[in-house]
Amino acid sequence: MGDYAYAAPATVDSTVELLSSSANSGTRTQVLAGGTDVLVQMRSTDRGARLIVDIKQLAETNVLSVGEDEIYIGAAIPSAILNENAELKGLLPGLIESADLIGSTQIQGRASIGGNLCNSSPAGDTIPALIANSAVCHIVGADGERDVPVEDFVTGVGTNCMAPHEFLLGLRVPTPKGNTGDAYLRFIPRTEMDIAVAGAGVRLTLDDSGACTAARVGIGAVAPTALVVSEAADALIGTQVDDDALNAAADACSAAASPISDKRGTVEYRIKVVGVLCKRAGAIARDRAKA
Amino acid sequence: MAKVHVSTTVNGQPMDVLVEPNDSLLDTLRDGLGLTGTKEGCATGDCGACSVMLDGRLVCSCLVLGAEAEGKTIDTIEGVADGDGLHVIQQKFLEHAALQCGICTPGFIVAAKALLEKNPNPDETTIRYWLAGNLCRCTGYDKIVRAVQDAADELASPA
Ligand SMILES: Cc1cc2nc3c(=O)[nH]c(=O)nc-3n(C[C@H](O)[C@H](O)[C@H](O)COP(=O)(O)OP(=O)(O)OC[C@H]3O[C@@H](n4cnc5c(N)ncnc54)[C@H](O)[C@@H]3O)c2cc1C
Ligand code: FES
Ligand code: FES
Repeated sequence: MGDYAYAAPATVDSTVELLSSSANSGTRTQVLAGGTDVLVQMRSTDRGARLIVDIKQLAETNVLSVGEDEIYIGAAIPSAILNENAELKGLLPGLIESADLIGSTQIQGRASIGGNLCNSSPAGDTIPALIANSAVCHIVGADGERDVPVEDFVTGVGTNCMAPHEFLLGLRVPTPKGNTGDAYLRFIPRTEMDIAVAGAGVRLTLDDSGACTAARVGIGAVAPTALVVSEAADALIGTQVDDDALNAAADACSAAASPISDKRGTVEYRIKVVGVLCKRAGAIARDRAKA
Repeated sequence: MAKVHVSTTVNGQPMDVLVEPNDSLLDTLRDGLGLTGTKEGCATGDCGACSVMLDGRLVCSCLVLGAEAEGKTIDTIEGVADGDGLHVIQQKFLEHAALQCGICTPGFIVAAKALLEKNPNPDETTIRYWLAGNLCRCTGYDKIVRAVQDAADELASPA
């Protein structure tokens, strides 16, 4: 076992070089964004030495831009900065709320959406909201850049599709157009500072008559990875997003769930609650789309 | 382990310190720089006793690496009072008996100061949510919330 080391490369190329050479020499490395998972793990479950590669000095990971077609959220941007951005909050209130749910004010000052995704916990709050928003992961590595749909990014509990020489530069989210709204809700036993028992994110678009023309539903904490539930989206598309449609979407979410029982909730409870959350988030997204 | 040389500014003073690559900023402040006002309650981001300002943003110093302080500006509880003159928030904590053992107090004061700088007139709900990451095992929070409200009032219309 080697020693701990810290590096904060100044360019994307030198970051990729460092990750590649470490991977080739068998040096354990870990990318660092806000550190709110990394440092907790270093102090508790995983104390082993490693090279820590801080990506916060890179200009590319600090980009936050709202374009006509794409919103780009750099991987180093902490939740507090997202929350202070009124334009972003207006466009993607559900996604920003999901980031705002992470931890306390202090945690918000550091925790990034990119880190939440790369940590790849089944209960990561931003992941269902990213899925609902059709986010795409912008990854760079020794073989260049690639884009991966967020629902294909996480491969299991704590694992994802990135090779050791790769890291996440940022997230691309299609800019909402027309009558579009999103929402994310989670259930926790307290009102603050807890891990989701279940979570559901919904984004939908309505036409001028109020009929739903497009929908995406993501659920979290009820399977080894967050899931996209196309059956729930199908239950909403073509409807007025009334109670019948929302109940059908809720049933589809419950059917898609395959949770575990733990101290926060039983299997039966999680299956029920994820449906309820989908229904409520769907109603909020609908009302936001109309507003 | 190869130590990392860090040049940083703490409470307005330029400082140089050698840190282990896995030291937290909390370790660096307390053990490297002798600034022991910032407390460790949990070292895992839950209690807020280690709250400091990093480039003007409230963070848990236990979740920041000391090495990350390079080129940054850090403000700790030691910089809150002006010499012997207590900050209004400190004064109000005393007046309202908003502390007992005191281990949580530096974190609460740093966090409350950050709140009042951002939002000079917070309602009780805002104060409670803002301080939700600061835990206190002694006071029951109520006196802390009153102290912060009173400090906000006093800052708005100095007596
Ligand atoms: C008190 C407390 C409360 C919390 N509450 C919540 C909560 O309510 N909901 C929730 O979902 N989470 C919660 N968390 C967990 C954590 O704060 C979030 O997962 C956060 O979003 C992680 O972001 P970060 O920037 O701090 O990531 P880091 O800790 O820096 O990184 C997390 C993981 O992702 C990897 N990584 C980070 N960035 C990249 C990148 N660009 N490329 C490749 N890999 C990368 C790291 O190597 C690491 O494995 C909480 C944590 C604490 C300490
Ligand atoms: S010591 Fe940092 S949050 Fe408890
Ligand atoms: S006064 Fe003792 S923990 Fe708050």
